[in-house]
Amino acid sequence: MMNDLMDFDEVLARFEPVIGLEVHVELSTASKMWCGCSTTAGAEPNTHVCPVCLGLPGSLPVVNQSAIEAAIRIGLMLNCSIASWCRFARKNYFYPDMTKDYQISQYDEPIAFDGTVTIDVGGEPFTVPIERAHMEEDAGKLTHIGGSGRIQDADYSLADYNRAGVPLIEIVTKPVTGAGARAPEVARAYMEFLRDAVKALGVSDARLERGNMRCDVNVSLMPIGSEVLGTRSETKNVNSLRTVEESVRYEMRRQGAILAAGGRVKQETRHWNEAGYTTPGRSKEEAEDYRYFPEPDLVPVAPDAAWVEQLRESLPENPVSRRSRLRAAWGLADREFDDVVGVDGALDLIDATVAAGASPAGARKWWMGELARRANEQGCGLDELTITPKQVAEIQDLVETGALTDRLAREVFDGVLGGEGTPAQVIEARGLAVVSDDGALAEAVQAVLAANPDIVAKIRDGKTAAAGALIGQVMGRLQGKADAARVRELIMEACA
Amino acid sequence: MTELTRLDAAELGRRIASREVSSREVTAACFDRIEAVDGAVRAFLTTDRERALQAADAIDTRIAAGEKLGPLAGVPIAVKDLLCYQGLPTTASSRILEGWMPPYNSTVVERLLDAGLVILGKTNLDEFALGSSTETSAFGPTHNPWALDRIPGGSGGGSAAALASFEAPLAIGTDTGGSIRQPAAVTGTVGVKPTYGAVSRYGIIAVASSLDQAGPCARNVYDTALLHDVIVGRDPRDGTSVELSGTQAVGVADMARRADVKGLRIGVVKELGGEGYQPGVEQRFREAVQVLVQAGAEVVEVSCPHFVHSLATYYLIMPAEVSSNLSRYDGMRYGLRKGGPDATTEQVMRASRGAGFGAEAKRRIILGTYALSAGYYDAYYGSAQKMRTLIARDFAVAYEVCDVLVSPTTPTTAFKLGEKVDDPLAMYMSDLCTIPVNLAGIAAGSVPCGLSPDDGLPVGFQIIAPALQDARVYQVAAALEAALDTQRGHPLLDDAPALGEAR
Repeated sequence: MMNDLMDFDEVLARFEPVIGLEVHVELSTASKMWCGCSTTAGAEPNTHVCPVCLGLPGSLPVVNQSAIEAAIRIGLMLNCSIASWCRFARKNYFYPDMTKDYQISQYDEPIAFDGTVTIDVGGEPFTVPIERAHMEEDAGKLTHIGGSGRIQDADYSLADYNRAGVPLIEIVTKPVTGAGARAPEVARAYMEFLRDAVKALGVSDARLERGNMRCDVNVSLMPIGSEVLGTRSETKNVNSLRTVEESVRYEMRRQGAILAAGGRVKQETRHWNEAGYTTPGRSKEEAEDYRYFPEPDLVPVAPDAAWVEQLRESLPENPVSRRSRLRAAWGLADREFDDVVGVDGALDLIDATVAAGASPAGARKWWMGELARRANEQGCGLDELTITPKQVAEIQDLVETGALTDRLAREVFDGVLGGEGTPAQVIEARGLAVVSDDGALAEAVQAVLAANPDIVAKIRDGKTAAAGALIGQVMGRLQGKADAARVRELIMEACA
Repeated sequence: MTELTRLDAAELGRRIASREVSSREVTAACFDRIEAVDGAVRAFLTTDRERALQAADAIDTRIAAGEKLGPLAGVPIAVKDLLCYQGLPTTASSRILEGWMPPYNSTVVERLLDAGLVILGKTNLDEFALGSSTETSAFGPTHNPWALDRIPGGSGGGSAAALASFEAPLAIGTDTGGSIRQPAAVTGTVGVKPTYGAVSRYGIIAVASSLDQAGPCARNVYDTALLHDVIVGRDPRDGTSVELSGTQAVGVADMARRADVKGLRIGVVKELGGEGYQPGVEQRFREAVQVLVQAGAEVVEVSCPHFVHSLATYYLIMPAEVSSNLSRYDGMRYGLRKGGPDATTEQVMRASRGAGFGAEAKRRIILGTYALSAGYYDAYYGSAQKMRTLIARDFAVAYEVCDVLVSPTTPTTAFKLGEKVDDPLAMYMSDLCTIPVNLAGIAAGSVPCGLSPDDGLPVGFQIIAPALQDARVYQVAAALEAALDTQRGHPLLDDAPALGEAR
C-alpha cells in the first residue's frame, strides 16, 4: 500500500516535526504484577496462569512490590518526581485479551511524572521532556487463525494468558519539539537510552525484538512559524531501534504530502509494516471512553520518602555519561565504539570483560567478532551465549601471553560454548596449550631441518622467505600448538 | 424435625466435641430438615449431602482420635452462593454463571474448612447480590419462613431463611449495602457485617469492591460471634484486608459472652427514623433502646446530617463498581455463551450478556456505566466519592460522643413477594439504614428486637461500631438479646410458625 510521500528536505523546509513516544517496558520481575505466576516467556500456552491472572470470578489482585520498586527506579532514572501517594485505576474496555475486561493501570495519578532526560544524538546532547511513567498490567496474547490474521475476519482466535498480568511500565514523553531534521534520530536515540537505562537498572530484559519494549510513535507536523500542534498519527508495532527511526521519517513524509496537498491528517493509529510503510488502523477521531476510576481492589501506593531517596542514591550510572566515559577510557576508534553501542548487550559484556582484566581492544575483538558471529548463528543475544565475560578475559589473557594462538582460542570458545567446561578444562581436555617447552620445539625444528636440507641451504644463502615452508612443517608436527614467531626464531638460529 | 436442628451452633459444637452426638448425625439431621421444608422455603440452590457427610465423618474421626478442634468443628453451615467453593457450582444466582465450577476456594471457605465446619450447600441470593428480596435470583425467590408469601430480605435471603427455618445453625452472608443485616432483620435472625477488610474478599464474587464484606449469620449473637472469629483475619491474597488488633484480635466471642453494656454510650441516629418508617418497627426499636438503658447504657441522640444523601451516593458508587466488576462475564472464557458459530467476538459478548444478566443487573450496569462516562464522572462518581467522605465524617463526629450508634435495621418488616419488584426505588429504600455503614467501611450488625405489633413480623435492631471495633456490636447485641429473651421467656425464633414438614 503506497502513500504519497514528500521529500524529507521539503518537509523540513515547510514544517516543524513534533514527536511523542509511548514506550511500554515489560519488567523482568520473577512473578506477575498481581499474582505469583511466572513471567517467563515461551512456556506452553496457558500454563503460567492462576485464578487471579485469568480474572476468574472472586479473584483479587495484590501488588507486586518489586514492580513498584522498579517503577520508582525508572522514574528516578528519568529525573521524574515520584508521587508520595498514588492509586491504580481501572481502564474499562471489552476485548478478549483482557481477562477481566478492564486493565489495571494508572490514570491521573502516575507513580512518576515531570522528568527530563538528556540523550546523545550523534554526539550532540538533546533533552527529551518526560510526561510520566506509570504502572500497568500486560494483556494476554491472541492468535487469529484464518483470514488476514486480524480479529475481524479470523475463523477463530486462540488466547494465551501467560502474558496476562505481566508488569509493564509505560513511559510517555511530552511533545518533543525542536528536533527538526534530527527528529527520526532523536526518536531512535531516546529509545536506545531507555533500553540502556532499564538494562542498567536490571529491571527488564529490554529486548525490543521480543516485545520486552514496545514503542508507539506519535508524529505530527506544525507549519514553520506556527505554535499550534498538528493532528498526530500514532504508529504501533514499532519494535526495533531502526524502525523507530524509519517510522518517524516515514510519517513526516506521508503527513507532509497530505498537508501540502491541502488535506487533513486523520487522527488514527497506524500500523508499522516491516516493508517500510505504515497502514491505517483504528480511527481515534472519536475518543474511546475507558471509564477510568480508582481501582477499589488495591490500596494506594505511598512510597516512603526515605526509601525513595535510598533508591535514588543506589541508581546505576546514567547510560549517556557511562557511554562517554567508556568511549574515552577504552580508546577505541569512534566507528568501533559506535558498532559496540549498536549491538544489543555488547557494551555491558565488553565492560565486564575489561573489568575482568582484558584490554578493551582484546575484549572488543572477541565479542564483536567471533562471539557475535556465533550468537548470530545460534539466533540468540550476545548475553545469552554460555560464556562469561570473565572467561573471555581469561582466554584473551592466554592469547596475550602467548599460551594460546587465535586459532587455539577459537577452539577454546568452541569447547566452552559447547558445554565442555571452563576454558582451563577445555584446554586441558582438548590439549590446546601452545607448546612452549623449548626442548619439544627444538626437537621438532631439528627433525624438519634434517628432512629439508635444500631449504636450509636456501636460508643460509640469505633467502629467509623460504623459512615459511619450514615453519609450516614444524607447526604441522606440533598440531599447530606452537607460537609461530618462536618457531621462526629457532629455525633462524639453527641456520645461522 | 429432630431436636438437633433446633440446637445452637455452640451447643452442637460442644456435644460433637464431647462425642455426645456425631457431626454425621447433626449433618444428616440438617439434610433431613432441608428435604422436608426447603421445597417451600427455597433457601438452597445446591446441596451436597454425600460430600457433607464425608466431611462430617472426617471430623468425627479426628475427634475420636483425641484431636482438639475449634468450638464449631463438625457444625454444619450454609454458604451464600457468591463464595467460591471448589466442587460445587458457584452461580451468584445468575444465568450467566449457571453451572460454573470454581477451580479454587474462597479464603472464607478455606477458613470454615480449616475450623472443621461442614458445608451443607450454597444458598440463594439476588442475582449478583443486587437486590433486597432474593427476587432477582435467576433461580426463583426464597420465601420467608415467618410468612411464606413474604420476602426473606436480600441479597442474602437464602442464608437468613436457612437459619430461620432451622435448616442450618450457621450461615455465611455478604453485605454490600445491607445484604446480611436486612435479611437478618426480616427473618428474626442475627447477622453482622464486619469492618471492611476484616474478612478477606478473596474468592467472593465481587459486587462493589469498595463496599463488599462477608460476614457471619446465625440464630443468636454468641453463635454469630464464634463464626465471626473463624472467618476474620488478614489475608495476603486480599490487598484491602487489614490486620486485626486489640479485642478484635483476641476474638469477639468473649465480648458476646459478657453481654455487658454498663456505662456504654449509645447514640440514636436522628436521621434513621421518622417518615417512611413502619410505626411497629419504630415502637420495637424505642423499646429496645429502653431495655439497653435499663441494662446500664447511656443514650444520646446524635445527628448525621449527610445520611440523607447516602442512598443517592450508594446508587452511584455501587453501580459504577458493579458495571466494571461484571464486565468479565462476556461469554469468552466461562459461563453462558450465546451467539452462532459465525458470530464475531462482539456479537458473542453482546448476546451472552444480553441473555445471561437479569433486569436488575442490567439496570445497575447501565447506571454505573453512565456514572463513569467521560463528561459525567465528576458530576456523578466524583461527587458521590466526596459525599462518601462526608458520611464517614458524620460517623467520626458521632463517635466522639458515643461508643456505638443504633437504629432500626430496616424501615419496615418483610414485605410481600412481588410487592416491590416493579418499583426499584421502593426496593432500594429497604437499605436506607444499612447503606451508610458500607459507605464508611465500619462494622454493624442486626439483632432481633421483637415482633412488630402491626403485622407480627420480626423487627431488626442495628448496632453500628467504629472501624475495627466489631466487638462492640456483639457486646450490645448480646445484652439486648439476653434481656429480651429473659423478658419473653424464650428466643424469638421459637415464635416462628412451624413449617409443614410435608412437601
